[in-house]
Amino acid sequence: MSYSKELVQSLENQAKALRRDVVVSIGVGVAGHIGGSNSSADIVAALYFHKMKYDSRNPKMRDRDRFLLSKGHVGILQYAALAEAGFFPVEDLKTTKEIGSYLQGHPDVRKTPGIEAGTGSLGQGLSIGLGMAMGLKLDEIDRNVYVLIGDGECNEGQIWEAAMAASNFKIDNLVAIVDKNGLQANGRTVDRMNSEDLSAKWASFGWNVIDIDGHNMEEILEALDTADTVKEKPTVIIANTVKGKGVSFAENVVGFHNGVLDETKYQQALQELA
Amino acid sequence: MAYTNQRIAYGKTLVELGKENKDIVVLDADLGGSTMGKMFEEAYPDRHFEMGIAEANMTSVAAGLAQTGKIPFTNSFAVFSGGRAFDQIRQTIAIGRLNVKICGSSSGMSDFGDGATHQCIEDMAIFRALPNMTVLCPADANETVEAVKTMAEMDGPCYIRLNRNDYPNVTEEGKKFKIGQPTVLKEGKDIVVFATGYMVGLAMEAAEELPEISVKVVNVSTIKPMKAEIIEELVKDAKAVVTAEEHNIIGGLGGAISEALCKNPKPMEYVGVNDTFGCSAHNYKDVLSYHGLTKEHIVEAIYKIAEL
Repeated sequence: MSYSKELVQSLENQAKALRRDVVVSIGVGVAGHIGGSNSSADIVAALYFHKMKYDSRNPKMRDRDRFLLSKGHVGILQYAALAEAGFFPVEDLKTTKEIGSYLQGHPDVRKTPGIEAGTGSLGQGLSIGLGMAMGLKLDEIDRNVYVLIGDGECNEGQIWEAAMAASNFKIDNLVAIVDKNGLQANGRTVDRMNSEDLSAKWASFGWNVIDIDGHNMEEILEALDTADTVKEKPTVIIANTVKGKGVSFAENVVGFHNGVLDETKYQQALQELA
Repeated sequence: MAYTNQRIAYGKTLVELGKENKDIVVLDADLGGSTMGKMFEEAYPDRHFEMGIAEANMTSVAAGLAQTGKIPFTNSFAVFSGGRAFDQIRQTIAIGRLNVKICGSSSGMSDFGDGATHQCIEDMAIFRALPNMTVLCPADANETVEAVKTMAEMDGPCYIRLNRNDYPNVTEEGKKFKIGQPTVLKEGKDIVVFATGYMVGLAMEAAEELPEISVKVVNVSTIKPMKAEIIEELVKDAKAVVTAEEHNIIGGLGGAISEALCKNPKPMEYVGVNDTFGCSAHNYKDVLSYHGLTKEHIVEAIYKIAEL
């Protein structure tokens, strides 16, 4: 498959805008999940600004694709995408985590337009997505459910319960995307809880596995389109990424899983993402 | 004809409801033969999902189904429905106020043979502590039929606690179930006995054995929501209160009634499991007796509190 230069360029720009929004949302002096937001930004941009069908003025439209942020701690990234997509004003991103804000630390289905289900207790989003995919099939609605999970999150047993069930039911409208940035809250995944060989594990659970560079827009688009062609089994995209991508001092730094920016670092981050 | 087993009443009622309402789906975790989810599976194989021995996944899948407009009922033993899947229920279903119905089958001591691991004495406490959650504990099979119909009609998360064993009905067949409405089964003025589940029948027997004391028996089949005004009104002329439940005395019916009466308190006695785990027994009566859950224990509690 080939994609026009304009499309790829525009999605790369969108991803950069999301990363900027994330930095602005976090602000100065308050901890925020910059690392895992930035590793997922290209994938989220591809989904919200190209792949998925939805209507930001009618978030409950029946015939829509659905996105679940199972790694709910990077809610700020999804809020950025929702805002840029027109679900709510971009200016409101700054209210994230304020008392009374509709933008909570983790996605809240009752508070935020465009959020499909509450997530954040890790390991549960894939099961929720599976339930949605099954519900869509019951209603014969031909749309997809995309679930973004972390590689650290794959420590959770429920991920594998869902993986087993999805292939058992031959669910092919469910796409899992593993943001494999190689770091979890307390260190490198291979050191803290080694889940390799991740691709082989998913394959052994009966999934169609696609390995990509999660920052290469063409590879992301091709993987998402390929997933549509695979029938009778679910697809997982293992996206190899860099935690903190795009902000030099945060790249591959464990401390920026949930890090604090001082004024200098805040300005530097915005400059690098300009 | 009336059913005499809550599980059968549950399974049959789901099948009945599923005939009209195509949005009802049922999920089991390899215990459908016991929860009676198998009845729905046989009637509507396309709307029943065998989720395997994986209660956490089953519960989150139900959340996803609810978000596509389905009315999912998840079935397992009460220890697993609430215990194994507590986080899934809390995070997505309760916080999101999703329309998921959770069935805790074989609750209390009713799985007498399997012992402490399978006897559930804490589910009402667990579910009652969750905001947005409705908690039902019907007295018998008749009331189960009506409670399940109401669950399917209401919007939002709801837990229902069911007994494993056969026993006679004490409530009227076909009486519409109203969430939050306790029902007086026997009038009386001195002592009010609030009972739930299987203990309602025992409370009726106890009251009949005590003609010298005027005992009111109230069936509390909604554990949450519970309005303090309703409970206060029921006890306003009484001297004292007894609660009876097949559950830990901490956090269940006794706890809920105490909380409801905390501003206008009455002397109270709890009949329930005294903060211990269960144990195996050869029959239901033995395990209940061993844990202080008999008609005699209710009689004793009434005498004790009446003498104050």
